[in-house]
Amino acid sequence: MARLLIRNGRVIDPASKLDERLDILIDEGYIERVEANIEAAHAEVFDAEGLIVAPGFIDLRARLREPGLEHAETIESGAKAAAAGGFTIVCALPQTQPVNDSATVTSFLVDRAARQSYATVLPIGAITQGTEGEQLAEIGSMKAAGAVAVSDGDNTVMSAALMRRAMRYAASFDLTVIDHCEDVTLAADGSVHDGLLSTRLGLTGIPGSAEETIVGRDIILSGETGARFHAAHLSTAAAVAMIRRAKAEGKPVTAEVAAHQFVLTADDVPGYDSNYKVQPPLREPADARALIEGLLDGTIDAVVSDHSPHTGNVKMQEFESCPFGITGLETAVALAIEGLLHGAEFPVMRLVELFTTGPAAVLRRVDMGRIEKGAVANLTLLDLERKWKFTPEGTHSISRNSPFYGKTFRGGAAATVYCGRVVWRATEA
Amino acid sequence: MTDGSLDSGALARQTPVEAPAINTAGNLSSPSARSLLGIEKLERPEIEHLLRRAAHYKRLQIDRRDHLREFLSGKTIVNLFFEASTRTRTSFEIAAKRLGAHTVSIEAQGSSLSKGESLVDTLNTLAAMQPDAIVMRHAASGAPHFLSRFLPTPIINAGDGRHEHPTQALLDAMTILERKESLEGLRVAIIGDIMHSRVARSNVHLLSKFGVDIVLCGPATMLSSSLKEMVPGITLTNDMNEAVADADVVMMLRVQLERQKAPIFPKNEYFQFFGLSIDHLQLAKPDVLVMHPGPINRGRELSSEVADSKSSVILNQVQNGLSARMAVLERACGTEWPPRT
Repeated sequence: MARLLIRNGRVIDPASKLDERLDILIDEGYIERVEANIEAAHAEVFDAEGLIVAPGFIDLRARLREPGLEHAETIESGAKAAAAGGFTIVCALPQTQPVNDSATVTSFLVDRAARQSYATVLPIGAITQGTEGEQLAEIGSMKAAGAVAVSDGDNTVMSAALMRRAMRYAASFDLTVIDHCEDVTLAADGSVHDGLLSTRLGLTGIPGSAEETIVGRDIILSGETGARFHAAHLSTAAAVAMIRRAKAEGKPVTAEVAAHQFVLTADDVPGYDSNYKVQPPLREPADARALIEGLLDGTIDAVVSDHSPHTGNVKMQEFESCPFGITGLETAVALAIEGLLHGAEFPVMRLVELFTTGPAAVLRRVDMGRIEKGAVANLTLLDLERKWKFTPEGTHSISRNSPFYGKTFRGGAAATVYCGRVVWRATEA
Repeated sequence: MTDGSLDSGALARQTPVEAPAINTAGNLSSPSARSLLGIEKLERPEIEHLLRRAAHYKRLQIDRRDHLREFLSGKTIVNLFFEASTRTRTSFEIAAKRLGAHTVSIEAQGSSLSKGESLVDTLNTLAAMQPDAIVMRHAASGAPHFLSRFLPTPIINAGDGRHEHPTQALLDAMTILERKESLEGLRVAIIGDIMHSRVARSNVHLLSKFGVDIVLCGPATMLSSSLKEMVPGITLTNDMNEAVADADVVMMLRVQLERQKAPIFPKNEYFQFFGLSIDHLQLAKPDVLVMHPGPINRGRELSSEVADSKSSVILNQVQNGLSARMAVLERACGTEWPPRT
């Protein structure tokens, strides 16, 4: 494998608190040197003038649909979309057909992931068999096969007793338990945030309490069992406050937020367009502000894509019948740049943390998300001012469900280096 | 346009047709601008046109019924009811027939829907036969709005889930205006299951546009505080006496048991707190009008005495439904809107 020299970039590495104009020399897929003015013979040169060079970004929450739903996404198409969005590592939720609730499926995923070379795909195993919330899945053997965490995906483990048991068990295998926090009795039949929007459109609302009651429950259970609890895609101000308090009390709790959640609010939903139907629902502007506050002060550890590809026919239904979710791998980083850096007083270092050391710490994987000699050469290059338009024709996902088609972004990934190779770079003028 | 240098899989995406802005005055040249999806997006002058035409049709039905047949002669109107309805469907059908249109009525059970055909495909199939308008009722809020983005045919919403029922609001306004000089400044109480009521939503939008003082009353579980943010002029209360005090109009809503997936109120005590009795009418204005979109549940929403009292205009509402729907059909598929008369 050839040598690659990334020159003149602003290298930001949260793990070492580095923020300097440096060159990075990559050899055989690993970082060889990080220094100023490296002269290297026989190296391909990438001029990163004006760009930020960060550790390869990590996405904790994506649905790649393989096996079983390959018409919506595959591991390869999802990995391509990840690369095009600036991610080098993607965690795949277990909601496939069959569900990833056994070592067999985990091994299949590991195998499929190894057959493409756009991004690392890390499987998340199910907490319960079939993500049905009734019996524990084979958590230990999934971990042995390569699962990096456990989660029931978009299903909440509704039984508190079962969740308590799952936490105890997962903790003994040193696995983080990721929960989609939404009480199904409070969220039942809901499509959008409970408020003016649901009232105006005549749809059942999903109240913030649906999220908050489960976040509260899981914090209590995590405190009791000592298990690491990670709250998936938070949406409400009160849930952020609960996580903040739990962290202050020293509980092993972490949290994430989806990029669209702090950029869009219920006020942006233009009627019955299912590309705005997400779970949790888009909430009030005050909630979005609280999420940004939580991202800034360290309450929230990661920004995720919440990538949820659906084929056209399932989104082409009555709003209430449409499944939740939008594609996100290609827009999450750009949304974070727009919503945090351009939209608020937000340090670039913190933004990089939220995609690197933040998610790595959630998984307790200190080997990921850093730039240092000897590390795998995964790098995300950012251009904070790049103007680019997201279009259905330009996406690498198989699915086409995004509210952001036609949007011109300011800032985004400029190139993605995966295992020492430039797997994607922006091409437009 | 491709951004980035990876190959992208080509998968055709069904692109919505550009939704035209609804033009209030004058020319509704584009078919979807002739749709009537709800009252919310209609401007006041457009509602006034519709009400004027409805009044005109009411006179014609009495004076010159034979002349009516020329208005929509040769037009084809499809009534597509995905939800059982006798009253509204019959009303639309008679309205269309009196105006000389051909009508085809389809109930969901007999349609291809039972074969698993998707809503979009069903409507596309019907639209390919080029009817002049589709009248549609559906149990899902927003179903006609969703379809109107993909279909070239004007769609008339005959009730979508818990969202809107625009022709009901038009016939209600018409019924009030036959008895009151104007809507402005009236106090209208709407009582019952507000959250689940498309009749309430359409009426709230219409009445608010005309400066009506609106009181919404019902059990707390059927009355969201966000209703107040929806439009100007709304007061909320859980107290019937407060709601009917000095009211010019009392609109009772049907308790929509079929729309509540789980019961949201103890139904046996409903009448005790939210049923309209003769005593309540003493608190209202002497010339108060009692309205109900039907079918009424005697003893649940209102007592029999009230239903049969001189204040009740429930049957007038039914009668006006024909004229209001004629106006809406004319707007959807007539040659000229608003007509020069």
